[in-house]
Amino acid sequence: MSKTALNWFDVCAPEDIPFQGSRVLRTPQTVIALFKTTDGEIFALDDECSFKTRKFSMRPEICPLSQGIVHGKLVTCPVHNETFSLETGESIGEDDERVRTYPTRLVAGTIQIQLALAVEAA
Amino acid sequence: MNKQKLVVIGNGMAPGKALETLLELAPDAYDITIFNAEPRVNYNRIMLSPVLSGESTFEDIIIHGDGWYIENGITLYKGHKVTEIDRDAKTVTSEGGITAQYDKLLFATGSNPFIIPLPGHNLPGVLAYRDLDDVDAMLIAARSGGKAVVIGGGLLGLEAAAGLQMQGMEVTVLHLMPTLMERQLDESAGYLLEKTLTERGLKIITKANSKEILGDKKVEGVRLEDGTELEADIVIMAVGIRPNKSLAEESGLEVNRGILVDAKMQTSDPDIYAVGECIEFESNCYGLVAPLYDQAKIVGKELAQHDTEGFIHPETATKLKVTGVNLYSAGDFAEGEDREDIILRDATQGIYKRLVLKDNVIIGVVLYGDTEDGPWFFQHIKDRTDITDMRETLIFGPAYQGGAAVDPLQAVAALPDDTEICGCNGVSKCDIINAIDEKNLSNLDDVRAHTKASASCGTCTGLVEKLLAIQLGDDFKPNAIKPVCGCTDKGHDEVRRLILSKDLKSIPAVFQELEWETPGGCAKCRPAINYYLVCAWPDEYVDDGYSRFINERVHANIQKDGTYSVVPRVWGGVTSSRELRAIADVVDKFDIPTVKYTGGQRIDLLGVKKEDLPRVWSDLNDAGMVSGHAYAKGLRTVKTCVGTDWCRFGTQDSTGLGIKLEKMLWGAWAPHKLKLAVSGCPRNCAEATCKDIGVVCVDSGYELHFAGAAGLHIKGTEKLYTLETEDEVMEHVAALTQMYREQGHYLDRIYKWVDKVGLDYIRETMLDDIQRKAYAESFHFSQKFYQVDPWKERVEGKEAHHFTPIEIVQPKAEVLEPAE
Repeated sequence: MSKTALNWFDVCAPEDIPFQGSRVLRTPQTVIALFKTTDGEIFALDDECSFKTRKFSMRPEICPLSQGIVHGKLVTCPVHNETFSLETGESIGEDDERVRTYPTRLVAGTIQIQLALAVEAA
Repeated sequence: MNKQKLVVIGNGMAPGKALETLLELAPDAYDITIFNAEPRVNYNRIMLSPVLSGESTFEDIIIHGDGWYIENGITLYKGHKVTEIDRDAKTVTSEGGITAQYDKLLFATGSNPFIIPLPGHNLPGVLAYRDLDDVDAMLIAARSGGKAVVIGGGLLGLEAAAGLQMQGMEVTVLHLMPTLMERQLDESAGYLLEKTLTERGLKIITKANSKEILGDKKVEGVRLEDGTELEADIVIMAVGIRPNKSLAEESGLEVNRGILVDAKMQTSDPDIYAVGECIEFESNCYGLVAPLYDQAKIVGKELAQHDTEGFIHPETATKLKVTGVNLYSAGDFAEGEDREDIILRDATQGIYKRLVLKDNVIIGVVLYGDTEDGPWFFQHIKDRTDITDMRETLIFGPAYQGGAAVDPLQAVAALPDDTEICGCNGVSKCDIINAIDEKNLSNLDDVRAHTKASASCGTCTGLVEKLLAIQLGDDFKPNAIKPVCGCTDKGHDEVRRLILSKDLKSIPAVFQELEWETPGGCAKCRPAINYYLVCAWPDEYVDDGYSRFINERVHANIQKDGTYSVVPRVWGGVTSSRELRAIADVVDKFDIPTVKYTGGQRIDLLGVKKEDLPRVWSDLNDAGMVSGHAYAKGLRTVKTCVGTDWCRFGTQDSTGLGIKLEKMLWGAWAPHKLKLAVSGCPRNCAEATCKDIGVVCVDSGYELHFAGAAGLHIKGTEKLYTLETEDEVMEHVAALTQMYREQGHYLDRIYKWVDKVGLDYIRETMLDDIQRKAYAESFHFSQKFYQVDPWKERVEGKEAHHFTPIEIVQPKAEVLEPAE
């Protein structure tokens, strides 16, 4: 049995993510970057900077935001040097770019993330 | 209008300045005639020391060339000593028989060196240190090497000694007093100076009472009172100067130690003025350039019939022009019950700073090692500033006043207009500012050309640049101080200085104490600050991986598809079948899609998945290979050619040296990447002359090159000098690397650092044994903590969870790859 709707999923404990660091979460649909700021706040964004050099290439271009530097509530893409807000996913700068964000919450010492993903019965 | 006649006796710096002032105010007032006993034009006498040491030539120190006299319609009699003055007829007559009429006469006869009348003082080879003829005589003597004895450990004596030593002579300095330069320095600074000079190979004997100069037909040695005999091929007497007053005395002018003048520089005859080292004013005689220039300007104005405020006996400041020795002193620093001291010592850096206070006013300053703030302290002495409010931070200089660090530009802007900026050429702040404004000067070279400020010893370059920045604002680009990033208004240099002076040992401490405008910095400043802390406190600071770019954080290079490339170190480009086999096995085992040779003589494995990295590294470690730091702002490769082992043209073991260098340098973080090469002969197959540091082997040794680049910018290297042995190369490269590590702005390659600080400064520092050895020592100290293979650490479990997936309970969502 399954139904597609917004559901909360357990991810990991806050301690599993380093301060000013990140972890990568892979779901059946996408790859998500989980960030933790110096204050311990948790944020989840698509793990892909929305900038693309649109050149012809044999190899797909993936620039993982999770590998960027976290400062304040911002992260800077390691490939394009564009900075995004962890709260809104919007880019800071002249280009109007946006990365998708996901709601998270802390329940009984576990980080949960809200995804549009079916929950299957065990 | 009938022009008056002005006759000048002497053609030194003081009359030169006086005439400049006069010609500016009243270009047509006089017919000017100069009699100069020296057969040459006006030159900068205080820059004789660099001529002696070989760092400048006579042409470099000319103030007024022949053209200047012609342009200004001045008659100059070179090599004409004036022998007679007829004050009734108002004429002067020279040895050469020229007689000139005057309405106004200016005495500028300067001073004579004082020769102690020891037995033997007339022997050939006993020299004074006064003019270019003395310097020429010393240079001729130095050509055949040999031994020199300098009598006198004051300013001039030490400059002469250092110059003769640089010319290859073995030099002993005899000084009567217990410490060197006792008139300008206190005991502590005198001690530091003696230590520095001794370590550089000068022999210094204090409390040395010279008794006799030995020799038959020429100088052979010096005997001291205690019986010690010293061999000498030349003896330099540098014990002081005496005003040259004899001509004035014979002409019936009032004299004492010097020619007596009033505040308008007028002698006892109202039509005769005197200026410079020949005068005596209120019982003072003068030998330093700043007060002489003040007198000269007064004479110039008087002759132009402009009002003057008159000469006031000034405080004077002293600098020693010996390459690599920085000292500065001014005012009164004798101890006394009513006086207080503020002292800062940094033994490892060889820095000593002392301020003497009386009634909350600075009355004396002695700086050794770091003298940049000298003019600022000096100004407070002259202004008698009440320093009560800044007492706590006073010793740290202008950059630290007002509680927090202020913009260094503001500190310079706040200096009074008459602050002397350039002591060598006597240029004040307002001279520079006026020149910038009136002549639309826009860069340092222009200012040097028009005012000569910072054109001699160059220690005031920073101040002159700041004045340019103040006057031009945003239009002053080249050397303007750029903030590290938008989080602060402080520049890289200042941040680095403050990290050291305030003992800041963590990124939060830097942000807090230096008042960062953002709470957590940004992606630009965090890596820079992290590097500065790594460099400043190698044994204490804990590297913050989250302030590093991803490549340095995971010790591999991220590729556009999110995979990584792995480059093992191949020492000096020399590998083996075992290593190659291990690399081949790793490629097969982990299905690595691309294997490519790099330009740095090693192999790049491209397309490795992040979770595979630790296992790839483990296999490479097992074959004895370590990280090649292909991702690092730090040592990358040392490229070599095959050298004497195989090559018909090789002059030295370039491969062996390259491997040694790479083993010494690996693991060191730097402001930017660092690439080296060693070529075995000038054919330069290893392309050493476009590297950050390059060695080109030649028959006689090793040419050391640096500051090349072949990236976005292509730049050939600058040659530093040639060294004789491999050990010297190792020491010089370690020191050079450390100097760059300590001074380079983050993300500046070596050539950009050189652009900022100047090639000459680096070469001088590197040739200074003390400083070079200290830098090399710091480098080796830091390496104790940083020569650890980052791959091995991670294979052994460091940060293992970052490379290992974790399980979550919910199906269809799992954490796979940690990002660190």
